Amino acid sequence: MNSHDPFTLALSLILSGDPGLFGIIGLSLQVSLSAVLVASLIGLPLGAAIALFRFPGRGVAITLLNALMGLPPVVAGLLVYLSLSRAGPLGQFGLLFTPTAMVIAQTLLVLPIIAALTRQAIEDLWEEYREQLQSMGSGRARAIPTLLWDARITLTTAVLAGFGRASAEVGAVLIVGGNIEGVTRVMTTAIALETSKGDLPLALALGLVLLALVAAVNATAYLLGQASRRHMQ
Amino acid sequence: MSGLPPMAGQHPLLELRDVSFVRSGRVLLDRSNLALAPQGRTVVIGPNGAGKSLLMRLAHGLLEPSTGAIVCRCNGSAAPRQAMVFQRPVLLRRSTIANVTHALALSGVPRRLRRGQAERALARFGLADLAQRPARILSGGEQQRLALARAWALEPEILFLDEPSSALDPAATKAVEDAVNVFHDKGTRIVMTTHDLGQARRLADEVVFMCGGRILEHSPASSFFDAPATGAAATFLRGELVLDPHEPATLPATRR
Repeated sequence: MNSHDPFTLALSLILSGDPGLFGIIGLSLQVSLSAVLVASLIGLPLGAAIALFRFPGRGVAITLLNALMGLPPVVAGLLVYLSLSRAGPLGQFGLLFTPTAMVIAQTLLVLPIIAALTRQAIEDLWEEYREQLQSMGSGRARAIPTLLWDARITLTTAVLAGFGRASAEVGAVLIVGGNIEGVTRVMTTAIALETSKGDLPLALALGLVLLALVAAVNATAYLLGQASRRHMQ
Repeated sequence: MSGLPPMAGQHPLLELRDVSFVRSGRVLLDRSNLALAPQGRTVVIGPNGAGKSLLMRLAHGLLEPSTGAIVCRCNGSAAPRQAMVFQRPVLLRRSTIANVTHALALSGVPRRLRRGQAERALARFGLADLAQRPARILSGGEQQRLALARAWALEPEILFLDEPSSALDPAATKAVEDAVNVFHDKGTRIVMTTHDLGQARRLADEVVFMCGGRILEHSPASSFFDAPATGAAATFLRGELVLDPHEPATLPATRR
């Protein structure tokens, strides 16, 4: 293997702690984790509320939520771009091509996943717990924190699924972030750019890190599933 | 006489007045009256589909009656504290003790008192050593004891038990029956259903006999078991199949 082999160069970039590489990785994690955090804070209670309460249009809301799980990232990016651009309703804040815009776009992608999976998990658990909780004097609103905690393993898997989607998508962050070096360049957009420029070592290094990240997320989800089967049926 | 309290004169703790329950056009409970005195152990028996579980759920407030009213009178306070133990205990996916502290939290016990009360309830039912175990991996008998300990911690004035030991082995059944008597000794009103006539004889102070969505008898245990007033109850006590005396179309009891 000669030292100009892209794979070797990629490994040496990772092992030498290349600041450019790790800056990109850091921003990726920051953006995707922020999006998952915001989406969880909204999506977990929202999904639980849709599971527990009956209201007009509930069926439509559930269908819409499920459909939005497959929202194409470029469409999410386009919607956020239109909202944040100079002429858009939120144009005055000047958020376009900032990490904040990327967080907003990824939140839009992750929120339906977390809310829809939460809705399903909480509805199943409520079916099982309803009589017992009502017997102990718990109304539906009071049951939300109880159910969210008792579904914690399933919900963690849902949040991890959301993180997987956020960290792997390229369309939304490219449109609203603009792939500006040192400002809005994240792993996926960098891979797309460096590959087209022919800088394969950097693209490959980022690809390896991204792959490891996705593998770690899935391994965590798998281990949590195992733990839940052992301890909680 | 059916539906009348055997201990007339005392203020009833809980009263069902002309309570009916209709689902999908079928009358599952038909204009039933029942008055429960403040003390004692009432055992509700009858064939499958008689409406025993339904009666318990209506009395406990888990279901709203279609017609009629459920009236509670308890030491002047509006509603007596109640608890219910189900056939299959529903335990939270938490530790044994957290199941009890959560119930205490729901009933408004201040946080600083919950742990101590929960520990005492667990100890009372021999579960102190299992306090930190995940509740869902306990054995069936331990789970039902935990459900009883959880009810105990709530200090109910009425305890409903719906077939509490039908899924348990004899030793665990004995533990449940002992627990029922622990509640009884403390003055808790017991209302339970069972399939087990032996258990009914062991525990009952009074018997409510149901058939086809109606309360046919409500009488002291001794007189019920020695001389049931209705033919249906006599048939049931002999261990024969009770065919429904009323129109079968509206009555789920005839399905089995």
